[in-house]
This record gives sequence, structure tokens and C-alpha cells, in this order.
Amino acid sequence: MANQESSYAADGVVVPEKSIDRPRAKRNLKGWKPVLLGSIFPIILILVWELLSKMGVFPPYQLPAPSVIFLTIVELAKDGSLWGHIGVTTYRVFAGFVLGTGVAIVLGSLVGFFKNAEQLFDPMIQAFRSIPSLAWVPLFILWMGIGEPSKIAMIAVGVFFPVYLNIVSGILGVDRKIIEVGKMYGLNTFQLITRIILPASMPSFLVGLRSGLGLGWMFVVAAELMGASQGLGFLLVYGQNMAQPETIIASIVLFAIIGKLSDWILKAIETKSLHWQDRLVKS
Amino acid sequence: MSLELHNVGRTFKGKTAVQNISFSAKPGEIIGLLGTSGCGKSTILRAISGLDTDYDGDISINGNTSKEIHDTTGFIFQEPRLLPWLDVLENVTFGLKGKKQEKEVLAKEYIESVGLQGNEHLYPRELSGGMAQRVAIARALVTSPEILLLDEPFSALDAFTKMQLQDLLLDVWKTYQSTIVLVTHDIDEALYLCDRVIILRGQPGEIDRDILIEEKRPRARGSEKMAALKTEILESLDLNKPSSITS
Repeated sequence: MANQESSYAADGVVVPEKSIDRPRAKRNLKGWKPVLLGSIFPIILILVWELLSKMGVFPPYQLPAPSVIFLTIVELAKDGSLWGHIGVTTYRVFAGFVLGTGVAIVLGSLVGFFKNAEQLFDPMIQAFRSIPSLAWVPLFILWMGIGEPSKIAMIAVGVFFPVYLNIVSGILGVDRKIIEVGKMYGLNTFQLITRIILPASMPSFLVGLRSGLGLGWMFVVAAELMGASQGLGFLLVYGQNMAQPETIIASIVLFAIIGKLSDWILKAIETKSLHWQDRLVKS
Repeated sequence: MSLELHNVGRTFKGKTAVQNISFSAKPGEIIGLLGTSGCGKSTILRAISGLDTDYDGDISINGNTSKEIHDTTGFIFQEPRLLPWLDVLENVTFGLKGKKQEKEVLAKEYIESVGLQGNEHLYPRELSGGMAQRVAIARALVTSPEILLLDEPFSALDAFTKMQLQDLLLDVWKTYQSTIVLVTHDIDEALYLCDRVIILRGQPGEIDRDILIEEKRPRARGSEKMAALKTEILESLDLNKPSSITS
């Protein structure tokens, strides 16, 4: 509908190229191009690595060949433990992410909207921020034991700060000019927040979510290194103890894959909800 | 409908920007506030709109002197100020209340009257400057404001778009008979559009002259009568003599 209509544009009005539908096949091809370009270097790297391993340049007890690592992952998948490890780690990151983000949204909105809340909370939060988050590990273990709660709390702490900071700066950065537009139409404070301030601070919020998620993956490793019986971080420790470099690298590869996958999901959400942004298009 | 200013003034941090402004607008009148930059034109407009409440004096809109934003007032800013996450249609319906369908029907009518039919689903980033300003005009008009405030609405546009939109504004005004206060530094624009031109001068700005333009619309741009008026205005602003720069 939209696209059809825009071709009837009034005289002298430019119809941006974007609104005209390209043939679908061509667009699909275009969608694959970045994937192909992006995989050139990893593929070359893996091939060279495999070749050098086969030639015996890398000692297998230190750096096994990619095929060995791949087989390790396949083995893990076959005996079923792979899904357990991935599932537990993903669950921890997800739970910590949700918890950290939730708290960050509440505190960030309060601090962003209300001057009193800013004066009340912000100095303390900034002070906490200067503590390296990993320093909390011993305390959390002491408080919550070695089980799930301490791990999830750890991750939540990591996720909290980037999300919080971006929400606050997003809200404070909303253009006074568009707030005035809202005021001209008689919006009350609540409507101003929901109809103008929230959508306008969305880009910043999503940036916070993505960096928060990145930190979540970082912290899950720390949390699982400190003691776990399952999870990709446990696999790292296990590989080290059993002197199996292929298990360690398999775990690293799995981290990379699911980390990237989760970031890709957030990025897709970002692209979809921020399609209105006027961004630089590289040639 | 009726708009009256009594001794309106505004002081920013101890410095008076504008003072002793009194005038009243008849319903349906187009009043131009003309003056060089810094003489407080926009300040007056913001006071009338209610966006600024820290002014002195009284502004009465339909007899109501409370310092607040009246829902019968519309404002067209110098920049379009569209909400970038809403498309053209959503931007135009932004200030409307009621059922979605009714809002859209009304909005489409106005989008058509600013010549943007077929572009309802474009986003602000896809619009040219002139198109965006038309959307802003449609957004302000769709609520049928009884008083329409314009702050140099066409100043950022090229000459052709400017003329087009000036005519558009007159068309819309003819249909809806809003009272319009137009801030501008473009003498030709003021002469082409306004029934009355109020000239502000000085720092702090005060009303210098109040010129009635009785010529019937549509006015010819650059007619002899206009040229004479323009000379008169230029002289009253001391802009017609080169010596004014040194004095």
C-alpha cells in the first residue's frame, strides 16, 4: 500500500528512492553479500590453521587443528552434554541480563526524569561504578553461596551499568525542541514521557542493551570460572584441568557463536525499531 | 479568536529583551512582527504561545489571561521539528485526540492541502526541507487552531518553496480564518501576507510602527505599492542608508 501510494506523489515533490520496492530476488542477494564478505577472512584463517596443524607446525597438545575442535564439539553434541552447557550458560546470561536491565530501567528513568532522584541516587551509583565489578565475586559467593543466585547477581551487576548510563544520557539528551512540540499540543508529563522522551531516547537505550549484553557474556565466564558444574565456562576449566586444549577452544568458539547470535538478535531489534533514524550510509 | 497583549515584556537574567508590547489582533487578522534579529520577535511569540511563562504584562486569548498553553493555539517553528520516529501521517495526527480512524481521515485532508498526498508513510529522514516544513504546517493546522503562531516558518527554505508555502498558508487561512501572528525578518514576506505589520526596534525591543496594509489579496509580489511600502519600512528600520552602519 505504502509504496504504491508514494508513486502518485504531487508534482515537484521528490519521492525518495527508498520507498520504491526493488525486486525481491535482488534484495535477497544483497542481503547475503555482507555475510559472504564477512566470512572471507575467517575461512582463510581456518584453512591456513588446519594446513599448518596438519604440517605439524603447531603441536597438537597446545593448538589442535580446527577439525579436531570441530569433532570435539560434535562429540559433545552426540553425548548430549553440549546442550546442557549451552543451555545453562545462556540461561544465566539471560537471567542476569533481564535482572540488570530491569533495575537499570527503573533507576535510570527515575534519575533521568527527576532531579531529586538524580541527586539522591546518581552519586552513589557512580561511586559503585568505579568498583571493578569482578571485585564483588567473593562477597556474592559469601552471601549467596556458589549456586545460581551469586552467578546471576554477578552478571546483573555487569549488565546494569552500561544500560543505566545509556538510559540516563538518552533521556537527558532528548531535544528540547521536540519536547516543546509536545507541550504545544497540551501533553501532560506522563504523555510527554511516553510519547516523546521514551521514543527519543530509544537509540541510546538500545546501545546500552547491546553493550550490557556484551558485558553479560564476559561476566558469565568469570562466574562460571569461579565454580560451576555445568556451562561453557565450566568447560574451559575442565579443559584446562584435563589438559585438553581442544575442549577449551571448543568452548571459546561456542562462546563466540552464541554471543554473536544474541547480539545479532538485539541488533535486528534495533534495526527494526530504529529504522526511522537518519544514519550514515557507507558507499 | 481574539488576542490582546498589554505591556508585555521579558527579561532574561536581568537583561530586558523586549518591553512595552501592546497590540490586539482581530479574529482572522494576519499580523506580522517584523524587526532585525535580537529585537525580541520570537520572545513575544513564545510568550503568546505559553511555552514561555516568565514574561511581564498580560496576554489575553479569548479573554483568558492565564499563563499556560492554550489548546486553541498552534505553533509553526522555524524548523519542522517533526518526530523522527513517526511517519508523515503519524506526525500530522500527533496533536489530535479521538479515534484513530477519524484522526487519520482528518490528517489526510490536511496532508492533501499541503500537497503531500501519497507521502503519508514516509519518515522525516526521507523528506526534503520543504516537504518537512509542509508536514509541520499540516500538523499545526490539523487541530484547527484559532490562533496560529509562526516563527520565521519559511526562513530556511529556498525562494521558490518559500513562495509556494506562503501561498499555501494564505489558502489555508482563507478556508479556516485563523488569527495569525507571523514573526519574520523578511519584509517582502510580511508585505505579501499580512494585514498589519508591527515593526519592532531597539534593544530592548519596542514597537516602533504599526503599518496597515490595505491592499487586497492576492497581492502581486513586487508591485509598485509594495515597493513603496518596503522603502518606507526600510527607512524606518534605518536600513536604507549606508551611513546607518557607522552611526
